[in-house]
Amino acid sequence: MAMEDVTGRPPPKNAMPISPIGWARRNLFSSVGNTILTLLSLYLLWLLVPPFVDFTIFSAVWTGTTREACLVPDAGACWPFVWANIDQFIYGRYPPSEIWRVNLTFALGAAVIIPMLIPGLPARKLNLVFLLVVYPLVALVLLAGDRPGLPPVPTSEWGGLLVTLVVAITGIVASLPLGVLLALGRRSDMPAIRMLSIIFIEFWRGVPLVTVLFMASVMLPLFLPEGFSPDNLLRCLVGVALFSSAYMAEVVRGGLQAIPAGQYEAARAVGLTYWQAMMQVVLPQALRHVIPGIVNTFIGLFKDTTLVLIVGLFDLLGQVRAQLSDPNWTVPQGALTGYIFAALVFWAFCFGMSQYSNFMERRLDTSRER
Amino acid sequence: MKNPLVALLVGILIGVGGLYFFLPYDPLSLGSGQVDTSSPAAGDGQERASAGDTLRRVKQRGFLQCGVSQGLPGFSNPDERGNWSGIDVDFCRAIAAAIFGDGSKVRFRPLSAKDRFTALQSGEIDILSRNTTWTMSRDTQLGFDFVGVTYYDGQSFMVRKAAGITSTKDLAGGTICTETGTTTELNLADYFRSRGLSYKVLSFEKNDEAIVAYDRGRCDAYTTDASGLYAQRLKLTDPDANMVLSDIISKEPLGPAVRQGDPQWEDIARWTLNALLNAEELGVTSENVDEMLVSDNPRIRRLLGREGAYGEAVGLGPDWAVHAIRAVGNYGEMFERNVGTETPLGIKRGLNALWNEGGVQYAPPVR
Repeated sequence: MAMEDVTGRPPPKNAMPISPIGWARRNLFSSVGNTILTLLSLYLLWLLVPPFVDFTIFSAVWTGTTREACLVPDAGACWPFVWANIDQFIYGRYPPSEIWRVNLTFALGAAVIIPMLIPGLPARKLNLVFLLVVYPLVALVLLAGDRPGLPPVPTSEWGGLLVTLVVAITGIVASLPLGVLLALGRRSDMPAIRMLSIIFIEFWRGVPLVTVLFMASVMLPLFLPEGFSPDNLLRCLVGVALFSSAYMAEVVRGGLQAIPAGQYEAARAVGLTYWQAMMQVVLPQALRHVIPGIVNTFIGLFKDTTLVLIVGLFDLLGQVRAQLSDPNWTVPQGALTGYIFAALVFWAFCFGMSQYSNFMERRLDTSRER
Repeated sequence: MKNPLVALLVGILIGVGGLYFFLPYDPLSLGSGQVDTSSPAAGDGQERASAGDTLRRVKQRGFLQCGVSQGLPGFSNPDERGNWSGIDVDFCRAIAAAIFGDGSKVRFRPLSAKDRFTALQSGEIDILSRNTTWTMSRDTQLGFDFVGVTYYDGQSFMVRKAAGITSTKDLAGGTICTETGTTTELNLADYFRSRGLSYKVLSFEKNDEAIVAYDRGRCDAYTTDASGLYAQRLKLTDPDANMVLSDIISKEPLGPAVRQGDPQWEDIARWTLNALLNAEELGVTSENVDEMLVSDNPRIRRLLGREGAYGEAVGLGPDWAVHAIRAVGNYGEMFERNVGTETPLGIKRGLNALWNEGGVQYAPPVR
């Protein structure tokens, strides 16, 4: 859309102001085909948007404390259902007296991750170490407890957004380093490492995530001795991390292939070791090329967390569905309201990730390179 | 070069310090379905369950592990404060109360229909109280035993009151909405074919779709288990204009199940249910149970542990039934509180009334 700035001069903006009619004529009604498409799109929007806005905003019930509030004729979304269950949606059945621990974990996570995301802040490496080493342990102890002053909270009582974030962030944090290693392994000269990487990647890419989770939750306990079974959430985390690292490996490999072999050879020629050459010359360029692919994988992973429902864990969507079964809140429009709420939350997270990736791309300026 | 090195060192220091602090912690035992691994017998794993084993493990752990559904209105559903409620849930609370004297010493493990049996077989849960139909194949082939019937369910039909349909015969030639791939579809075919009645079926993938189709008048009736019909009715735009037929076309006795091979545990579960039923028959409620302790009625005295050693016979204290009744009330209270006519579900007792009040709930006596 924007004109390429070749000469260094700013493009001639608004040299001749275009009226809305002129704009529409040029962009929407330039040919018979375009006119038909425009009218069709407008008609579709007319069909979809007004009822949606009406349902979610204008005819929606906003206040109330019981289901009776939503039982008025022609009522839209039943938001009181969401307000009343908001704690369940965020924390699941985490004991109310211990919820501060979840909040503290969220706050700590935000305090660590947000400075990481802002370019140009100091101590980012220290922050990275903290994020990868210290924070997971602190979060584990805070959330699971079983320490002096922190009564244990079994993972079966975690739920809602908490589970979604735990699964997604673990998957995201674990899959990037694992994926890079696997991608390097697949391009390695050493046959054993290459074979192992290929087998690993192709195995995990070849099975659906549902199967992985189902195996982990249903089959694994039958093989293990009675009474001994790793925690359900832990099983899921391992499954999700391995699964997403295989996808990540292929994304990173795509980036590696875009780097001419001369880069690596030149790095070796000036005396860098294999790891130095990879870490300082090849990977920084390769990863920059595949930011959209990486973020795409992250977003996919974030949404895939809803699959943990089949192993008895309630993520945000699962918790919404569980609360819908409460007869004290069963109303005709309840399911639709709950699903719209879940969709908004998921959309907010995924859109945020996508926007950040756009920002990073612009900042790293990859699009200008060629 | 200096800065990242310092950063790395600090990171490693913090990491090691953290690890040291967390070392005694075993992430494998953090979850829900685990026994205390320090117990000597937990690891031998030779026998899947032996007499007295389950009770001992439950007592050692300090709470009961109860498998429930992921949300079924009136049977096991979380409320807005995250507490579980429902008949299936209350039954587990009653067992916990019978064992520990405290109905809150139970943890609920929500299970999908697919992983419920594995969870019981593998010992992740002590009892499966999850609206499971008692059938011969499940009882004989899956390695566990049903201990009774907490709710007599059966497939029925919901129709519009204005349509003037009063029994299944009036449905001949009509269109019926249901879900695909469930036994309800099969039962429907069997029932109508054996009576030579014609009907049209409209199947949907999800019950939410089926109920919307019914609500919009695309079919004359909607069929699923009766308990589900009452729950689905709340999703209609005008629930009061619809009714559930009293005809039942299939038998779905829902009951709790335990692992085979531990007769004592089986007895505890079976007799807790029987105690709740007997309490209703004898008029013992959660409110009057303390006054009933001094009752002269020998049947009440035996139930409440004033005479005989019935609790001790299953490895519990003499007050086992008193605790259970105090925690959840008798069977009737449990029913009325969760699904009864005062709740949004509004289910009448029907088959689930006591045998002397027109139902089929009949408990052997405590004697």
